[in-house]
Amino acid sequence: MLEWLGMPVAASAHAGQVDFIMVLVHWLMLVLFVGWSAFFFYVLVRFRRRANPVATHAGLQGSWSTWVEGGVLVAEVALLAFFSIPAWSARVDAFPAETQSTVVRVVAEQYAWNVHYPGADGRFGRTTLQLLGPDNPLGLDRADPTAKDDITTINQLYLPVDKPVIVHLSSKDMIHSFALPQMRVKQDVIPGIPQPVWFTPRQTGQWEIACSQLCGLGHYRMRGFYTIQTQAEYDAWLAEETALLATP
Amino acid sequence: MYAVTSLLFLLVGFLLILVIRWQLAYPGEPLPFLGELFGVANAPGGIILPEFYNQLGAMHGTIMVFLGVVPLAVGAFGNYIVPLQIGAPDMAFPRLNLASYWFYLAGGIVMLVSFFVPGGAANNGWTSYAPLSDLAPGMGQTLWLGGMGLLIFSSLLGAVNFITTIIQLRAPGLTWFRLPFFVWSQFITSFLLLLAFPALQAAAILQAMDRLAGTSFFLPSGLAVAGQALNVAGAGNALLWQHLFWFLAHPEVYVLILPAMGIVAEIIANNTRKPLWGYRLMVYSVFVLGFLSFIVWAHHMFLTGMGTTISAFFQATTMIISIPSVVILSSLILSLYGGSIRFTSPMLFALAFLPMFGIGGLTGLPLGLATTDIPLHDTNYVVGHFHYLVAPGTIFALFAGIYYWFPRVTGRMMNDTLARIHFVGSLICMNVIFMPMFIQGLAGVNRRLWDGGASYEHAQGVLALNIPMSHAAFTLGFFQLFFIVNLFVSVKRGRKVDANPWQATTLEWSPAGAPLRAYRDPYEYSVPGALTDFTPQGEAKP
Repeated sequence: MLEWLGMPVAASAHAGQVDFIMVLVHWLMLVLFVGWSAFFFYVLVRFRRRANPVATHAGLQGSWSTWVEGGVLVAEVALLAFFSIPAWSARVDAFPAETQSTVVRVVAEQYAWNVHYPGADGRFGRTTLQLLGPDNPLGLDRADPTAKDDITTINQLYLPVDKPVIVHLSSKDMIHSFALPQMRVKQDVIPGIPQPVWFTPRQTGQWEIACSQLCGLGHYRMRGFYTIQTQAEYDAWLAEETALLATP
Repeated sequence: MYAVTSLLFLLVGFLLILVIRWQLAYPGEPLPFLGELFGVANAPGGIILPEFYNQLGAMHGTIMVFLGVVPLAVGAFGNYIVPLQIGAPDMAFPRLNLASYWFYLAGGIVMLVSFFVPGGAANNGWTSYAPLSDLAPGMGQTLWLGGMGLLIFSSLLGAVNFITTIIQLRAPGLTWFRLPFFVWSQFITSFLLLLAFPALQAAAILQAMDRLAGTSFFLPSGLAVAGQALNVAGAGNALLWQHLFWFLAHPEVYVLILPAMGIVAEIIANNTRKPLWGYRLMVYSVFVLGFLSFIVWAHHMFLTGMGTTISAFFQATTMIISIPSVVILSSLILSLYGGSIRFTSPMLFALAFLPMFGIGGLTGLPLGLATTDIPLHDTNYVVGHFHYLVAPGTIFALFAGIYYWFPRVTGRMMNDTLARIHFVGSLICMNVIFMPMFIQGLAGVNRRLWDGGASYEHAQGVLALNIPMSHAAFTLGFFQLFFIVNLFVSVKRGRKVDANPWQATTLEWSPAGAPLRAYRDPYEYSVPGALTDFTPQGEAKP
């Protein structure tokens, strides 16, 4: 059924699980809808006025409808207990260790995604509101020793494949939503409430970051790009960016 | 008055969405004929600007929900039909009823006027999420808050009136379990209005304070807009608005749905010529629905950063609330079994309500499970889901109600042929509009995009669907002309009928001047041994 649903390519480690639940739910929906519709149309034809001029006061006898309703309940409880809640828990509770992961900050603003890499020292430099400016959208304090090797980009997120990624999300102004459709990742970015999200890319490719929460008149064009590369390509990119930092 | 005003607002809300549908099908192309009328600030040369697009979107939602469907379902049908069905002379507080209407009209006028103030109407979605709405320039959002305040007053006054009327003014003999299902649905709806709306009233006042008095209820510290640090006190919480808003807005969903179920139940009983199947079960289910609707609100907010425990709670309540909905819908379908079904025009709309509402309900499942909500949240899948519930769902039920009770109001029937054209056209168009939204949503196309997602690579495969969807929307407008003409012509020229043209049992069809007393259950159709296939509630037992 997955092909019929026409979802974007599943390119992260957990995408298959999300899609599997999606397929299960849609099967349940299809079975219920076809079942109810079949009964519905049968009844409409069988009990139309001409076929059944006199209605029966008592109506349908028997308790099989209770069984159907009970069945729906059981199916829903199963979906919840065995699939949705565990899968959700894996998303929000089981964060990988930062040392084992690619860690990056993404700061949303109207209408761009500012990406902040910690650089070789693995520590993010200090940022402050006072330093905000057209060429410093993060307000990064380059005087801070941990900031010297920090790499920043706008609307370009580069990540290595097959290694967990932790994105620390925050917003400067409005509520945005950080969506990577192929990773099955979507997380609201609410100002004042920094929020991490994690996933493990399994395929290389270049796709789009789509803002999914109305954030103003430019919401429709709040589009970034993310590129999943092999570790070697990613290291080369990092080296290139670091070299650029040295040249003023 | 309610009916006419709310139908006019429905029309306004519908016209707004037609402009949007043009923009979605032909992004950036000038809107023919009408485009120039919106002014240079909104649509220079007929090209709809993103600012204006967002106004249209926000106001379409607001008008349809708060000024169209609720006033029609509760204000018009409720105030007119409930006293008649319970054999009361009028609502308990006629003046409160009138006050409720004037508050509603005032709120509606404020909303409409906001289009003409500098900066235009509110453009932050019908959900008005802070801080976007808090910081929105211009007067539009402030007027939206004021308009909502008036509408909430109107609903509160109406709700108190309904509760009092239904408890106090039932005709002798009309015990609780002899109440028509429609009255039950209005009764529970009134409690939802009474208990849920004050939360938004409070939230609206807080947001107005943020906008006008410099407070920071919804503004956190450290905001920077357009590269400039914002000079506000801060320390507020942007998420608080969402909690307050959805605490209202989820019960609101049931305010939209319950009266529709009530109308459909009346019409199905009448046109199958048999009692409703599982009447008591349906009443209990409405109770459960009403109660649970207050504890599911955060399923709109799974992606705001929710932990496992809270998300498990709201997923569980969301799955549980689907059960009474399933019970009511199954009971309505099972009521057809053994009937002698008449395909009258109200019955056609009522029957179509069942599968359409079913699609809307079923597509709520993947949205109600947090994990599958990840790819679907804020996509067109959501838009398709709730439109199936409200458009071919609730609005079909409202059409059914209008065709059904029109003779009670005017003493004349509406034209059957025009009604059937209206029905077939609307049913086809609605599905052509909303079904592709599921396909687009699964492909990952987000909602509320000015260009309909045209700039996104992942949208390319499903983008072309916007063109048939939009043309179906325009065609849907054309088919509504059959309804409008029918309504006006039938008032004057419709076939005259006696007091009970549908041979119905409930008290609103009692002959004029008959003493109002209930002697039996509401739907005593086809009672074995009776002379006719209907035994009115008001007919004394021999």
